[in-house]
Amino acid sequence: MSLRFEQVSVRFGRTQVLHDVSLDVPAGTIVGLVGESGSGKSTLAKAAVGLVPVSGGHIVIENSQVDGVPAGRRTNPGVQMVFQDPYSSLDPRMSVGESIAEAMPGRPSRAERTNEVARLLDLVHLDPGRAGQRPASLSGGQRQRVALARALAGKPKVLIADEITSALDVSVQGAVLNLVREMQRELGLSMLFISHNLAVVRYVADTVAVMSQGRIVEHGPTVDVLEHPTHDYTRELLAAVPGGTSHTPKKET
Amino acid sequence: MAAEAPTASRPRLGLGLGGRWTRFTVRRGGRLLVSLFVLVTAAFLMIHLVPGDPVRAALGTTAPADLVEARRHELGLDDPLLTQYLNYLGGLFRGDLGESIQTQLPVGETIGRRLGATVSLGLLAFALALLIAVPLGVAVAVATRRGRRQRTSLGFASGSVVIGSIPDFLIGVVLVAVFAVGLGWLPVAGREDGAASYVLPVLALAIGPAAVLARIVRVEMTSVLESDHVRTARAKRLPARRIHLVHALPNAVTATLTLGGMLLASMVAGTVLVENVFAWPGLGSKIVESIVTKDYPVVQGTVLVYGVIVLVVNTLVDVALTLLDPRSTIGEA
Amino acid sequence: MRALRTPVGAVGATLLAVVLLLAVLAPVLFGDRAAAVDTDQLLAGPSAEHWVGTDNLGRDLFMRVLVATRLSIVLALLATAIAVSVGLVLGSLPWLLGPRLGRPVTALVNILVAFPGLLLVLCLATVFGVGARGAVLAIGFAGAPTFARLCQTLIAGVASRDYVAAAQIAGLSRLRILLRHVLPNVAEPLVVNATIGAGGALLAFAGLSFLGLGVQAPAYDWGRLMQDGLAGIYVHPLAALAPGIAVVVAGLAFNLTGEAIAGALGVTPVVGPRAWSVPGRSARSTASAPAADTVLDVRDLAVAFPGPSAPVTPVRGVSLSLRAGEAVGIVGESGSGKSLTALAVAQLVEEPGRVTGEITFCGTDLNDGNRHDDLLGTSLAVVFQDPMTSLNPTMRVGRQLAEVSRFHQGLGWRDALARAVDRLRAVHLRDPERAAHAYPFELSGGMRQRAMIAMGLMGTPRLIIADEPTTALDVTVQKQVLTLLEDVRREHGTALLLISHDVSVIGEVCGRVLVMYAGRIVEEIAAADLRDGARHPYTRALVAAVPSMTTALDEPLTTIPGQPVDPAALPPGCAYAARCPLATDQCRSEDPALVDGVACWRAGEPLPAELEKQVRV
Repeated sequence: MSLRFEQVSVRFGRTQVLHDVSLDVPAGTIVGLVGESGSGKSTLAKAAVGLVPVSGGHIVIENSQVDGVPAGRRTNPGVQMVFQDPYSSLDPRMSVGESIAEAMPGRPSRAERTNEVARLLDLVHLDPGRAGQRPASLSGGQRQRVALARALAGKPKVLIADEITSALDVSVQGAVLNLVREMQRELGLSMLFISHNLAVVRYVADTVAVMSQGRIVEHGPTVDVLEHPTHDYTRELLAAVPGGTSHTPKKET
Repeated sequence: MAAEAPTASRPRLGLGLGGRWTRFTVRRGGRLLVSLFVLVTAAFLMIHLVPGDPVRAALGTTAPADLVEARRHELGLDDPLLTQYLNYLGGLFRGDLGESIQTQLPVGETIGRRLGATVSLGLLAFALALLIAVPLGVAVAVATRRGRRQRTSLGFASGSVVIGSIPDFLIGVVLVAVFAVGLGWLPVAGREDGAASYVLPVLALAIGPAAVLARIVRVEMTSVLESDHVRTARAKRLPARRIHLVHALPNAVTATLTLGGMLLASMVAGTVLVENVFAWPGLGSKIVESIVTKDYPVVQGTVLVYGVIVLVVNTLVDVALTLLDPRSTIGEA
Repeated sequence: MRALRTPVGAVGATLLAVVLLLAVLAPVLFGDRAAAVDTDQLLAGPSAEHWVGTDNLGRDLFMRVLVATRLSIVLALLATAIAVSVGLVLGSLPWLLGPRLGRPVTALVNILVAFPGLLLVLCLATVFGVGARGAVLAIGFAGAPTFARLCQTLIAGVASRDYVAAAQIAGLSRLRILLRHVLPNVAEPLVVNATIGAGGALLAFAGLSFLGLGVQAPAYDWGRLMQDGLAGIYVHPLAALAPGIAVVVAGLAFNLTGEAIAGALGVTPVVGPRAWSVPGRSARSTASAPAADTVLDVRDLAVAFPGPSAPVTPVRGVSLSLRAGEAVGIVGESGSGKSLTALAVAQLVEEPGRVTGEITFCGTDLNDGNRHDDLLGTSLAVVFQDPMTSLNPTMRVGRQLAEVSRFHQGLGWRDALARAVDRLRAVHLRDPERAAHAYPFELSGGMRQRAMIAMGLMGTPRLIIADEPTTALDVTVQKQVLTLLEDVRREHGTALLLISHDVSVIGEVCGRVLVMYAGRIVEEIAAADLRDGARHPYTRALVAAVPSMTTALDEPLTTIPGQPVDPAALPPGCAYAARCPLATDQCRSEDPALVDGVACWRAGEPLPAELEKQVRV
């Protein structure tokens, strides 16, 4: 088990956002998490990385319990996260290389940092020469790849991707999805892949969990869940996919 | 077709006006009480934070020791701090603000005699500032939106910065120099000439804030005019007047009032300076005189009254905000 | 620096330089002359010898005003330094302490900020005593709450960014995140506000000294000089005004510099010189007469905005027409001009944008220079992308609907409101009376979008223009809204122009699809042929790039290399040539026209298979 949620509950004040959520992300697999806005997907992600306190249950990463340890106090994070908005996820005053190097564990020397940054940029198909550039000179898709490289710099056991393609144009979305699949194949990465887009999840995930109103209502191999849904809510979601295909929200600017 | 699918963010249709006001009253009332507590405590502590013996400082080094001692006793300064505090609070509840060290007159009485002059000055000036700022800001925003009339825009922007940068007491001095000394149209100082004596002080107090407020109204209005719902109103092909006054203005007023409230509060304080220019018999000239003569109980009482006025003003602004903007929930304000 | 190039910035910076220079040099150069007593010229008026006159000891007032610069500025800067440092500490504490412990700090600052600065100054001046030292401390501490509040707001804004969350996940301490990520990103607005704050402190000092609570004789600053002058205002007003002018000039120097820097950092610069030579109408292509039941006919539509050197035309040469009951989609990526086309058709493009071309709606030429408010108000409905922001937040929903009938159909408010409730019922809103009485924020996103559609149904719409109407909604709600649009179209024979980036949404709702790229229609195609019959390489790539529920899982997704074209720098040839695997020299030099539904020199040619699979951005 790489990442395990055991009966996790989260409350914000009087409202309970997650109800006894249990979910496994086994090593080397991509688990897709789908559901509508407000269903609790993002809260689950934030709970895993310690940005949101857990009010009940446990979160276990490679047999060590991490709930109750807020982000920033964790000695080895174990989990890294990539966010939805590429324009908010990189510090505009830091070069791409600095942002990536910051996530590296331990105290690497300058040379180690430079080499590792170059390696990671290459890994996400960006020219290592871009390490000195500021995020402002990058497109949305390129920023998302830098964010991915930064997450990988933390040498995570598990990566959480929270709607990483929903702010991107369709022509760029494909490139990021291809990259995600490639990473998993080549690095054996474990990943919790959150999206509201069933077609996207279908394309990258080995198993799918469906979330509704703070509960996981269905979880199984992607093919089974999407072709033979057992829960009413999953069926409703599938029926709503336009033209039996997908849709991808993003804003026209 | 089926009705809305249930979502986590349920429509809050049941939320009536009553619920909103209850919540508002509880939150705003709580904040008012805490603010009052801070204010009263600060006013009380002021006299104790003065380095050395306040009574000795007030009466001067030549005052006989037994007189100082007697005054200290009258003021209760030889009691333990907590006892003094409780006595002070008790006094406040009875409307007793203490006695002047210098004149031994009750502070409450002195303030009572002067309060009207200050409040009428402040209210008139605020009304005038609003009357100038809101129509001006709206008109300029509408006229210059989307880069139209660059010259008007530049002229308004620089004019309002310049006027807003002139301190109100200086405006007062200029007004006196021109209209009272130079032209002799209006009285130089005092409040004995009825309405005529109000003209210059009110102008002095209102002009600067009016410029600042007009700027705020303009900026807010300009951004609201670009918002999606104004585009919707245009898509409905409503008359321009309705789009600007009914759809845009109320949404600009929300932000304007928040900032304007602080401006009004600062106008209350601004009376201090303007009153000194015009020898206006209000609280402002009294507080300065008392600070100079180190008449601490009078300063204490006047600060307290000023503070309460400010708190009342802020509360009224929040009430107005809640009336105007159904979404507003006080708290972060 | 950019800030200095604006007129405001240049004036501000020059003034500031003069003021600072005087602050350094004046006491050295003019100190003696300012102190020289001339008993022959007591309280003299302005003269050639004494420009502003003299004071009661016969000292030259102009010199004294110049010399007073140093003390006035130094005191103001000291007070600002105190205000900024105390404010910074108070403002950072909530972030460092975390939400629970930080709350009391925030609350305290909120309470203090509510009290006007001058009142705090007076309190503190009482405590610290009358004099320059007391005044610096009083003005400094009195300014701190405002700065603390500003810092809190700015820090909270940056702290909510994802890169701060990423740094937290990476294990950085709060202090380190504050120093590395937060403070550098709030530094600019803080510097701006500190500059403006220094101007404020300067005025506050003048005020305090004027009241006799600040600088004490024999030292003097501008406020002190003003107070001295006020006594003799009958004799010569200039004595009081000259130091006043100095205060205003110095205050302006700080304010204008601050404003200019703020302007240069934040808001977009004022629109530059306007180059207006809107491209003349090109020869009308295949001008066939519109069919009898045509609702909308658009010919050669172009939208232009003034650019730095030449006008930019994000929409060019768009022609389209819709018959009653027809649903046509426009699809394209961000920046393709699809939304602007919709706005232009709806006559909602505002100055400085210019719309050219012919737009005929229900037989009326909309570009004839007249307003057609009643026609458009009742026959054209527009639904926008974001239902959260498209309704007026301060007006009840029913009233917003009723307005349409009130202003275009001559109904009274009561009847108009009744119709609004009826229309809300028609879009299947549960409990339409309550929805009509609600404010927009009390409704869910789907309900709001229905209300928007109901608003369009207040009249008898012939055409609905829906610009990304479901992009902000969840899938299941999207389905409902699309079904609703479909129902309206069936029942009333309304035409629908649906703008979307989502090929599958368009494919499900529309019969005909227009594909836009770089402001032009590059392909017009039946929705059914979108997946297999597209001929333009862009359309084909767009369709293949989106994973669907049937996408093969063992192949990488198609990607489109490169970046979309900047409408300000259009290439001479086909705008898509730089990203197109089929592009030839002809494509790069000659712009293909829309012929037989496709604008491409190599329409329909097979894409190189290996490129189709391997392309990377």
